[in-house]
Amino acid sequence: MSDSHTWIILGATSSMARAFARRVSAEGATVLLAGRDMEDMRKTAADLVARGGRAEALPFDARTPSGFDALVERGRTEPGVLNAAVFVGSMPEQSAIDADPGLIDGTVRDNFTGPAHLLHMLAPEIEARGAGTIVGVGSVAGDRGRVGNYVYGAAKAGFATYLSGLRNRLNRAGGHVITVKPGFVDTAMTWGIEGMFLVASPDAVARDILRAAAKGRNVIYTPFFWRWIMLIIRLIPEPVFKKLSI
Amino acid sequence: MRWNTVECTGWGRVHRATSQVARPERLSTLSATLADTPAPGVGNRRSYGDACLNGDGHAVDMTRMDRILSFDRQTGVLEAEAGLTIGALAHVTAPQGWLPAVMPGTGRATLGGCAAMDVHGKNHHVAGSFGQHVLSVTLMQGDRRVVATPNRNKSLFRATMGGLGQTGVIAQLKLQLKPCPGTVLEVRERRIECFEDFIRALDGSQADYVVGWIDAAATGAHLGRGVLEEAQLTRGDTPPRSHSRKVPMDAPGFALSPPVVRLFNAAYYGRIPPGEGRARTRRIDDFFFPLDKIHDWNRLYGKRGFHQFQCVVPLDQVAALREILVEIAEAHLASPLAVLKRLGPGRAGHMSFPMEGYTLAVDFPARDGIEALIDQLEQLCRQAGGRLYLAKDALAHGEAIKAMYSEHGDWVAETAKADPDGAYETDMTRRLTLRSAR
Repeated sequence: MSDSHTWIILGATSSMARAFARRVSAEGATVLLAGRDMEDMRKTAADLVARGGRAEALPFDARTPSGFDALVERGRTEPGVLNAAVFVGSMPEQSAIDADPGLIDGTVRDNFTGPAHLLHMLAPEIEARGAGTIVGVGSVAGDRGRVGNYVYGAAKAGFATYLSGLRNRLNRAGGHVITVKPGFVDTAMTWGIEGMFLVASPDAVARDILRAAAKGRNVIYTPFFWRWIMLIIRLIPEPVFKKLSI
Repeated sequence: MRWNTVECTGWGRVHRATSQVARPERLSTLSATLADTPAPGVGNRRSYGDACLNGDGHAVDMTRMDRILSFDRQTGVLEAEAGLTIGALAHVTAPQGWLPAVMPGTGRATLGGCAAMDVHGKNHHVAGSFGQHVLSVTLMQGDRRVVATPNRNKSLFRATMGGLGQTGVIAQLKLQLKPCPGTVLEVRERRIECFEDFIRALDGSQADYVVGWIDAAATGAHLGRGVLEEAQLTRGDTPPRSHSRKVPMDAPGFALSPPVVRLFNAAYYGRIPPGEGRARTRRIDDFFFPLDKIHDWNRLYGKRGFHQFQCVVPLDQVAALREILVEIAEAHLASPLAVLKRLGPGRAGHMSFPMEGYTLAVDFPARDGIEALIDQLEQLCRQAGGRLYLAKDALAHGEAIKAMYSEHGDWVAETAKADPDGAYETDMTRRLTLRSAR
């Protein structure tokens, strides 16, 4: 690709986002890291610069849409192809939500409506430029509501449906949307949680995402075998599923 | 911070430990974790014995804190988080004209580990140890952040370089890199026929990077025969190395049995033509980290694991070193390649391994009889006024180690100030009672 690329990375403090940022930066893209922990993101930006890339840290809080304008404006000033990757998310324990249903709003904000709001502001720019890729990281948890994690799952399912619609929209204008559904990834979010298996490294997930982007895939599971695991889980009839605790 | 129950081993896989491990990804998490539960930091666990273990205790895995924080291409001053590996660092900086001044035999060691062991490389005789190129170190003692440099908090700095992580968790390091003209080295290899020739060759070498590979199974007139490798950094680039291979499982016991080892060693020696030897251009990572190409090569030693014995003796103790080599060769327990090298006097800390002299490193599969042999070698080394390398050790005795390290008392005093409660103790410091003067 001869065009210069810029990636806005939302939720840039996560280890998956860091791995993704290193990869796109190594390919020559300008990276705009967006998230809440500025001190930490400045370190990631410094790391990318030391490796020969261009990077900058910018504030983004999924729960404060008033700050979105500045971020979108900053992205608009970059020439070439504008892309965005969403790694934002939060996963309170289901038991914490059961004790305080007020946590539901924040979970939906972080995983769905916050990022969707920002992507909606970015979409016209991608349409105007006639190019650009959006990577939305959801979760296999969004494929079916399970007793242990269904508020988080519901938020991710909502986000996945949003991404599907956005793909439908941007496809008309030369843009592309990839929905990524990672299985268990070896991050701070899963560290020390019981019952993890077939855990993938953040860098392997980042690599899978970029391969999928190059091929123009629409929905990917990473690692790939989660497609089959989730197919089975989705096929379990509801009368049976409601009695299970998986 | 969540703690994960992890079963870990040192690189030699003889010692095992189950610990509660935290793995912070940001400084704020590291700080909060240590405020709550002060615990030793660990990197990629490339030390062979129990220096990187804290059985039935807590440990903080630093490998996710691996970012370069600043890099001045004019001066070669670089600051990074301690979990960055030295190989990854070289990979980034070498194409930009800078190389870590000292690199150990594996690129997978983290910068924090390199400092905590004050590692040396094939250029020790000219460049000194890793810690001598550290401009400052940031330690986390609980949630207290302390910076030490060779001038500020000087004794804390000396207690930290080679200090086995006992002064707190090493969070960041500022290094002075050295200029490099390209990403390759000009390497000359030649055969050396016996031990005496080897010592002469090491003494006479003018190269920046010098290492001897010796056949520790050879006896009699062939005792100490091997291959001398001399190298200089040079201009030029080569394409990236092909994919590394992985050892998929623990090898069976016979994989490194004496006949196989003898065959391997003879072939390794025989591949170098006699006389002038051969010269070739090699990539930085191929030259510095030859074994990293084989992922998890430690599994070749099977499920019982292996020991590495590494000692250094003063320059005037060549006879004692020969005796050590005879003991090893006659025990018929050694494995493929042993390393012989001349060290300079450079060292950065109280507990740093190097001293001016000759160092010998030999691997032994963990078989019956090995502990008695290593005991014997420890005695010979001590009598020669030498010392053992704690990054490799799994079997030594505390009393002997304290006698070998003349600044041990200063280190004990300094670590007692930095960590009065012994929160950063490891299986090694407990085994050797290193934190007490006697």
